[in-house]
Amino acid sequence: MLLLHNFTKVTRNNPKTNYIIMADEMTIKDLERVVVRFSGDSGDGMQLAGSIFSNLSAVLGNDISTFPDFPAEIRAPQGTLSGVSGFQVHIGAKKVFTPGDKCDVLVAMNPAALKTNVKFLTPQSVIIIDTDTFAKKDLEKAQYTTENPFAELNIHNQVIEAPISSICKESLKDSGLDNKAALRCKNMFALGLVCWLFNRPLEHAMHMLQNKFSKKPSIAEANIKVLTDGYNYGHNTHASVSTYRVEPKENKAKGFYTDINGNLATSYGLVAAAEKAGIPLFLGSYPITPATDILHNLSKLKELGVITVQCEDEISGCCSAIGASFAGCLAATSTSGPGVCLKSEAINLAVIAELPLVVVNVQRGGPSTGLPTKSEQTDLMQAVYGRNGESPLVVIAATSPTNCFDSAYMASKIALEHMTPVILLTDGFIANGSAAWKIPSLKEYPAINPPYVTPEMQEGWKPYQRDLETMVRYWAIPGTEGFQHRLGGLEKDYDTSAISTDASNHQKMTLTRQAKIDYIANCIPEQEVLGDKDDAELLIVGWGGTYGHLYSALETMQKQGKKVALAHFLYINPLPKNTVEILKKYKKVVVAEQNMGQFATLLRAKVPGLNVYQFNRVKGQPFNVLRLVEEFTKIMEEK
Amino acid sequence: MSDQTFTPKDFKSDQYVRWCPGCGDHALLNSLHKAMAELNITPHNVAVISGIGCSSRLPYYMNTYGFHTIHGRAAAIATGVKVGNPNLSVWQISGDGDALAIGGNHFIHAIRRNVNVNIVLLNNQIYGLTKGQYSPTSPRGFVSKSSPYGTVEDPFCPAELTFGARGRFFGRCVDVDSSASVEVLVASAKHQGASVVEVLQNCVIFNDGSQSLVATKADRAKNAIYLKHGQPMIFGENNELGLMQEGFGLKVVKLGENGITEKDILVHDAHCQDNTLHLKLALMEGPDFPIALGVIRDVEAPSYDACVHAQIEEVKSKKKDRTLEELLMKGEIWEVK
Repeated sequence: MLLLHNFTKVTRNNPKTNYIIMADEMTIKDLERVVVRFSGDSGDGMQLAGSIFSNLSAVLGNDISTFPDFPAEIRAPQGTLSGVSGFQVHIGAKKVFTPGDKCDVLVAMNPAALKTNVKFLTPQSVIIIDTDTFAKKDLEKAQYTTENPFAELNIHNQVIEAPISSICKESLKDSGLDNKAALRCKNMFALGLVCWLFNRPLEHAMHMLQNKFSKKPSIAEANIKVLTDGYNYGHNTHASVSTYRVEPKENKAKGFYTDINGNLATSYGLVAAAEKAGIPLFLGSYPITPATDILHNLSKLKELGVITVQCEDEISGCCSAIGASFAGCLAATSTSGPGVCLKSEAINLAVIAELPLVVVNVQRGGPSTGLPTKSEQTDLMQAVYGRNGESPLVVIAATSPTNCFDSAYMASKIALEHMTPVILLTDGFIANGSAAWKIPSLKEYPAINPPYVTPEMQEGWKPYQRDLETMVRYWAIPGTEGFQHRLGGLEKDYDTSAISTDASNHQKMTLTRQAKIDYIANCIPEQEVLGDKDDAELLIVGWGGTYGHLYSALETMQKQGKKVALAHFLYINPLPKNTVEILKKYKKVVVAEQNMGQFATLLRAKVPGLNVYQFNRVKGQPFNVLRLVEEFTKIMEEK
Repeated sequence: MSDQTFTPKDFKSDQYVRWCPGCGDHALLNSLHKAMAELNITPHNVAVISGIGCSSRLPYYMNTYGFHTIHGRAAAIATGVKVGNPNLSVWQISGDGDALAIGGNHFIHAIRRNVNVNIVLLNNQIYGLTKGQYSPTSPRGFVSKSSPYGTVEDPFCPAELTFGARGRFFGRCVDVDSSASVEVLVASAKHQGASVVEVLQNCVIFNDGSQSLVATKADRAKNAIYLKHGQPMIFGENNELGLMQEGFGLKVVKLGENGITEKDILVHDAHCQDNTLHLKLALMEGPDFPIALGVIRDVEAPSYDACVHAQIEEVKSKKKDRTLEELLMKGEIWEVK
């Protein structure tokens, strides 16, 4: 955490900035971890500044976790509250699990950004502002009622002020760029200032800018110039502010790393599985926030033979994938909750036709259009039960940005080996959040062996003939001689595979499809318990993208001497085999999730007599670790 | 194509055909078996995809790969099959409700993309499987169980919809007219791209007589014209009638009358890029005009599936990474030693 130090109020010769408070001496503080939040207009380039900062920190050996927080509007009116876009970076000397609850440094490029981000400030947070954007009209746009925004918001923090806009214009006046283009470099000034504050050398940032603007060298040069200006500005004019170091203190596993967000990791996980299985990857998709990047990512990978089709609608996204699966591809469709509604009928076709399919649902706030850019865990029941008929399938929930890779790989492996649709739940938070990821060697990943028919099976073969242990049917790919067959959405006879409406056959097929999914519990790892697994007084249960927050809460509580444990579920359906045993072992169990209790309800249905506490938040925002600690502590203290 | 020779029987499955006796689907099924034999495609390289409806049961009666899917989605699923494996001969069997009502969106987009799928549209102007509601091709005023006072909406003309979606192939045949059906189906399969064959089909139970103008050979001689590329548009019981252009429209003329000879008659050009005349021909209705049968439009254009794979090959020729690991190692990475 940022260390407290003595502040002296300094009034500078600027009439509109008489609220500037400066620290009185230059010190360098060593920190364990720090959270920086870049915020500004959605056109201010805060995402870029933030991602460069996280990337260069990762290169320096810090652990990172990031989270972009953008508005639903692409370009809301400039300077307004609804147009504020944010990017939060958490860097740590040791492992960090979340992008952080509150920020240690807030970059606010305008008064609107300051106002919407007050809730992320602590009394110790340092604020960086562009004083050029704090004129009367700017304050009015952001709906301030007075001319002193800091007093109005009751902010008493340390503020680093810089006339960023005018410095940019001045600095680039000979660059050939017009004012508008020069102002687009403002984000780099802020980044430079933050780099100075945290003693980050600029080389890597410069390198990244050169790569990003490799085709526009003049833009690269302008950005680099302003970046340096920002750094020097900090150095020259604010020498009396504390600067900070976050030195790496933990040895990471050796190897090559990259910064990756959840959607990219999901994309790569699918690619890796197709590569391992030796079949083409096919993605049928329709653009939808926050899942669209998966379509973007995979569309780029043609050299790896990836086939993508941007379909006419969500239904077609799923149906074309089912067609490609029938034709022998690893088929996937990517979407968010509203898209899953539209795909449900088609998913059921894959259930009854027993075809492999991966449905990625990057969950967002609902119902209906809901909160497209915000994150929730409200589609769990939809994934497990949201179709007509008895329709069992596999549900997996990725736990972090980097875990999306492994989860997408496992979703594909299970789909292909067990001839079933798999719904992979991620969410807007881990999809857009990023972390450092060790580039894996596929040699270390388990083989993927789909149950293909073999020539000796040909005699008397039927399409719904199955392995009697796993209950998985065999896969005959069109083009294979001697295995012509017809699949369909109508119920089929267990023995002959012909259409059947026979009552007892339907019962048998229903049980068979269920048994096939239940069997998968034998193929997935047992549920792990973290923390005080032998003597915890409280077991925290979570699933999916809240892992980082729940783990941080666990760590905090253990440091406070409390006996707690965490069971964080990745496999939702079927549940790991030891689930009942775990849930019955602890005195108190709390299920924490970003919905009204969907996993808790599911667990109660699966574990008769289970008595659990619930912690539920449906705010579209990540959990707050301190709040979790508070609530869990209350539960522990309850008699 | 195969070295082996196939007969219609090779495309027949062992399943009992369950359509109503007298249903036009029986005849079309036989024509399809014949067309595939004539094309000499290997049964295991054929995938027949259907949606829901009476005609969508057809894949079960084919000894090929088949997939009886969900209502309206056959075009989307067929798109995935063809793009997933372009070596397959992919056929889509749909009815007027399946393709033009619930599946209208997939129908037009499959055509617009020009996916190399042979779409066979069995148009009986009625919902048969749900027992007799009007369909999107039922004429205005049509009385059915769901329109006891007659419909108050206009129908789609499948050709117009196809052309509106920039369709490059449109053919039409009559269910019971086997040799002409086989000819059109074969032409549709040879066309590289989305092809639509509208089969004028009779539903004996719920809409009997809807195709009465073209039901028999004699009816067709009177009321239909068989269009053939490069041939003059002559029709009639004794080939005594022809089509001429008049302003922006067409007119029926009698050969020998007013000095009109065969030279004055329009010659069918199915390969003409401009679809204006194709549309005029497809929209002709009795009793004043003959109903156009045969291949009305057949224009070459790159097919979607071929382009998708060509693009992949092109990128492969420029970028050398073949595994995910190779690709990742060239990105923004750093090493922890």
